Amino acid sequence: MSEALAPAVLATPRRVTEEAPLTRYLLIGVAVAFLGLFLLLPLAAVFTEALGKGVGAFFATFDEPDAVAAIRLTLIVAAIVVPLNAAFGVSAAWAIAKFSFPGKSVLITLIDLPFSVSPVVSGLVYVLVFGAQGMFGPFVKAQGIQVVFAIPGIVLATIFVTFPFVARELIPLMQEQGTVEEEAALTLGASGFRTFLTVTLPNIKWGLLYGVLLANARAMGEFGAVSVVSGHIRGLTNTIPLQVEILYNEYNIVSAFALASLLAGLALVTLGIKTLLEWRYAGQIAGRRRH
Amino acid sequence: MRSISISRRALGAALAIAASLSIFSGPAAQAATALLNVSYDPTRELYKAINPVFIADWKAKTGETIEVQASHAGSGAQARAVIDGLAADVVTLALAADIDAIAAKSGKIAPDWQKKLPNNASPYTSTIVFLVRKGNPKKIKNWDDLAKPGVSVVTPNPKTSGGARWNYLGAWGYALKKFNGDEAKTKEFVKAIYKNAPVLDTGARGSTITFAQRGLGDVLIAWENEAFLAFEEFGKDKFEIVVPTVSVLAEPPVAVVDGNVDAKGTRKAAEAYVNFLYTPAAQAIIAKNYYRPAHPEFAAKADLKRLPKLELFTVDAVFGGWAKAQKTHFADGGVFDDIQKQDAAAR
Repeated sequence: MSEALAPAVLATPRRVTEEAPLTRYLLIGVAVAFLGLFLLLPLAAVFTEALGKGVGAFFATFDEPDAVAAIRLTLIVAAIVVPLNAAFGVSAAWAIAKFSFPGKSVLITLIDLPFSVSPVVSGLVYVLVFGAQGMFGPFVKAQGIQVVFAIPGIVLATIFVTFPFVARELIPLMQEQGTVEEEAALTLGASGFRTFLTVTLPNIKWGLLYGVLLANARAMGEFGAVSVVSGHIRGLTNTIPLQVEILYNEYNIVSAFALASLLAGLALVTLGIKTLLEWRYAGQIAGRRRH
Repeated sequence: MRSISISRRALGAALAIAASLSIFSGPAAQAATALLNVSYDPTRELYKAINPVFIADWKAKTGETIEVQASHAGSGAQARAVIDGLAADVVTLALAADIDAIAAKSGKIAPDWQKKLPNNASPYTSTIVFLVRKGNPKKIKNWDDLAKPGVSVVTPNPKTSGGARWNYLGAWGYALKKFNGDEAKTKEFVKAIYKNAPVLDTGARGSTITFAQRGLGDVLIAWENEAFLAFEEFGKDKFEIVVPTVSVLAEPPVAVVDGNVDAKGTRKAAEAYVNFLYTPAAQAIIAKNYYRPAHPEFAAKADLKRLPKLELFTVDAVFGGWAKAQKTHFADGGVFDDIQKQDAAAR
């Protein structure tokens, strides 16, 4: 596109749809300054604080048993939540995009619910349901299961907040793709499950990966909901974000930021892979344009 | 076809990893006998120092290896968590009312818990002092100076923080004495202080960070130990501790959570833990961390010397006990709510 335009721009005076160079540079300047001030500067501050007392202090953070436990717990939670959400997201998107049934719009609204609910509320609902004074509290206790203030509660709260990511990514993509290929497969005698595996899944794999990445980033970074159900037991129910808060409150600034830089690093990697996916498989990630 | 078999295998592998992680995490974490001490905000450093000594003592006496887990947050919030099912073996909270709340709302602690241990079940006491910026630019000397216009006060929220409730009662008790028991004038006085405190953090440590790290406010109303700790942590060239003429004798109590220890079979260890807090070893650590030990004779003289002498009143003497103080001042619709409401309306 730019190649086609270039000679025209050179040959003719400024086109009416194009801003004066000064306006253009000013706008770009404002955008860059804004990004720098509100995104890059804080990000740089995280790494500067983390390395404030040298590389040794930075790495010493990751020798602390509580920090190791926090990293472990965060990975466990993500390993449980992300596959579950991927499975749920694919089935929900499949149902919504390929079939017509009563209550479809209600389902779409419900999937979006966690986006509009405050994370604190998302955590509190599980305390109200599974807490000792909650609806099913006595029942789960009788089964000998600790839900809130233990790993199951953290997993539940994280599932809740990451609920929409995969489904939201796949629904527009699958709607765009339509049902023609599936219909062809069925006509040729493939079973429903085989159609899904050989026709639907390959079509959405990049969109799915994209959704999984976003869900994973949120699962590892969630603070509010997890804070409510965690119980803050050191070395047991603190995820990385909670451990960051604890370290910061204990005047252990270097360790707090070192651990925070781990999350920031994860965000950067996610961003990198996301950009790569968008660039490489733009056509197959329909959700991209809608965000 | 090939790509599908790969992704299926990958999915299988991912599920296997998830399953193995969750299986190993569950029992492994609970295998050793573990005590969970649910405590209030500023005791992080204290119990970090006491726990290893207790673990060694327990090992020497019984040969058992024990683990002590800790959880810290605002005292009221911690009580709420224990009521909601946080499996605490012992609670070491900021004030008796929070343990009373657990006893009343969950039934997991016997109502007479405070009689089971010496000194009203408080292994140490403390008080409330002020931390100001170096040179004391606002000339803060006593509670009166906190009520003056133009002074910015940092204190946590009495609804969630135990320390905040001691702060509030400290101001109230001082004013009550100053105005010879005139409740209306006292209320106006306390209201003026809270008018100067626009931000209320949920816990004492949050307030300390707000004041010391973020540099907000002219004066921090704080636990004595918290003020000394901030003083040490951030350098003595940045702050000064101001001791008011009169303050409240804070008695942070401890209790075994009967319902939880009986369910988990940890009663013996939990009782040993709370009793250990009164031993010479623990009392010395307590004094070292700027708390006022129940047995000063076990503490190092140098540690005791750092604590200023001032007139202290008890909640029992001035407010008729914690149950009454809690109901009058901090319950929904209590005096504190009233102060906040009038304050909001005035703005």
